Amino acid sequence: MNPTILSNFPILNQEVNGHPLVYLDSGATSQKPTAVIEAIKAYYEQDNSNVHRGVHTLGNRATEGYEGARDKVRGFINASSTKEIIFMRGTTTAINTVAASYGEANVEEGDEIVITYMEHHSNIIPWQQLAKRKKAVLNYIELEEDGTLSLENVRKAITEKTKIVSVMHVSNVLGVLNPIKEIAQIAHEHGAVMVVDGAQAAPHLKVDVQDLDADFYAFSGHKMCGPTGIGVLYGKQRHLEVMEPVEFGGEMIDFVGLQESTWKELPWKFEGGTPIIAGAIGLAAAIDYLESIGLDKIEQHEHELAAYAMEKMSEIEGMTIYGPTDPSKRAGIITFNLSDVHPHDVATVLDMQGIAVRAGHHCAQPLMKWLNVSATARASFYLYNTKEDVDRLVAGLQKAKEYFNDVY
Amino acid sequence: MSINSNLDQLYRQVIMDHYKNPRNKGSLGEEAVTVDMNNPTCGDRIHLTLQVEEGIITDAKFDGEGCSISMSSASMMTQAVKGKTVEEAMKLSEIFSDMMIGKDYDDSIDLEDIEALSGVSKFPARIKCATLSWKAMEKGVQQQNTGMEE
Repeated sequence: MNPTILSNFPILNQEVNGHPLVYLDSGATSQKPTAVIEAIKAYYEQDNSNVHRGVHTLGNRATEGYEGARDKVRGFINASSTKEIIFMRGTTTAINTVAASYGEANVEEGDEIVITYMEHHSNIIPWQQLAKRKKAVLNYIELEEDGTLSLENVRKAITEKTKIVSVMHVSNVLGVLNPIKEIAQIAHEHGAVMVVDGAQAAPHLKVDVQDLDADFYAFSGHKMCGPTGIGVLYGKQRHLEVMEPVEFGGEMIDFVGLQESTWKELPWKFEGGTPIIAGAIGLAAAIDYLESIGLDKIEQHEHELAAYAMEKMSEIEGMTIYGPTDPSKRAGIITFNLSDVHPHDVATVLDMQGIAVRAGHHCAQPLMKWLNVSATARASFYLYNTKEDVDRLVAGLQKAKEYFNDVY
Repeated sequence: MSINSNLDQLYRQVIMDHYKNPRNKGSLGEEAVTVDMNNPTCGDRIHLTLQVEEGIITDAKFDGEGCSISMSSASMMTQAVKGKTVEEAMKLSEIFSDMMIGKDYDDSIDLEDIEALSGVSKFPARIKCATLSWKAMEKGVQQQNTGMEE
């Protein structure tokens, strides 16, 4: 990877607890390059105004920036039209919107919704709630022993009663890359729609929603070098056209009468209220940044780092790494436990050495149960991580082991 | 400061001893006040049972899963409240809470092993680990007072 990448991220140039920072928690949120920070700053300093209202110059600039960002996102995931790109707060809001709008209209008593054991809570609970409201059934696709999904199990779970299949593209815990295109095909054969939680995929690999044939695809800006508070719901136009908005109020309306109102056309009918203008502009800058490096290069880099980390970490005695052992089956996420040391304690010892990792259940309690652990530690990589970071992690883990062995 | 001496502020010998050899591990009978609490952000959980007779906590046991700080704190808490009146236990809990947030705390009471957890206040991310079992104890005592069991 280009060594100047590190210098694009000012936050990485600091010491934490007396050691140079090694940030290995990009699965939670990524760091932001100067280009993104500057784009947001420039917007507030020069163009700040509300969109779609003012006829004045700043209003025009803000609208152009916001709608320009939408077109940027369209290209980024290869949607066929900007009408299919809805700006949302993030992946969670996007999935909730699909459940509350598409789900509400299309799921009936006795219907089935299919998800997997590895889903993040935000791709479980909206469906649980929908199933409860509709007296529908929420079914889970079983996992293989190494945590991967087999098409055989997918076929077992999807039936003629299935109306919605919702699966994450890349697991935030196991790092596995799911065969979305194949699952979508099976879903469609049974007349179900395919919803994809792309939170851990869109930042790391080239997503093509048309090639995947996803009906809905959700992702967040903050995990892909963009700001928090902005995310995207992609939906096929023919679905979005007939779906009801979930939020009502300003911005999304066409004509308002005393008793009845009509909605704006797509994509605005789903964007009630003043939108996250600076967030969208920041997200556009993030896409420019990621594309200037190349998503294929980023994916390749993370694969290399994960393979290197798996090899080095496996050499530590007492190390358990969850998910597939074949590095080609996984993205840049490694979830692990170190013998008797609780993951929170591992994370604290690493933090004392300036190394940031995640510890806990990663908002995936059903998966933790499936793994038969209460918590795990997770190192997640991004384009700004290096082999030296992995070496620091491995040395830090050795230190944790030594420390806890000594004091025991 | 070296990593070790920094960590030693948090992981004192006595803490590791309680973690490895927890006191009062287990569960009391059905008569006991029962509280289940978890820390939803990290998955730590505690199952606490208290025997309260005439305003005195005559027995306390805990079970659960969690990091060294949460489990050792639970071990120390059960040890400390056993034999104390409900008022004394609540007072102790208040002192503990002050200690965790780095406030000056009432030092007229000998905290014994609990004192070892004072270093946690320097690790803000870990305070919730240490306070989980104490919150459970407070809840149990309140349940007992109102005669409402969950």
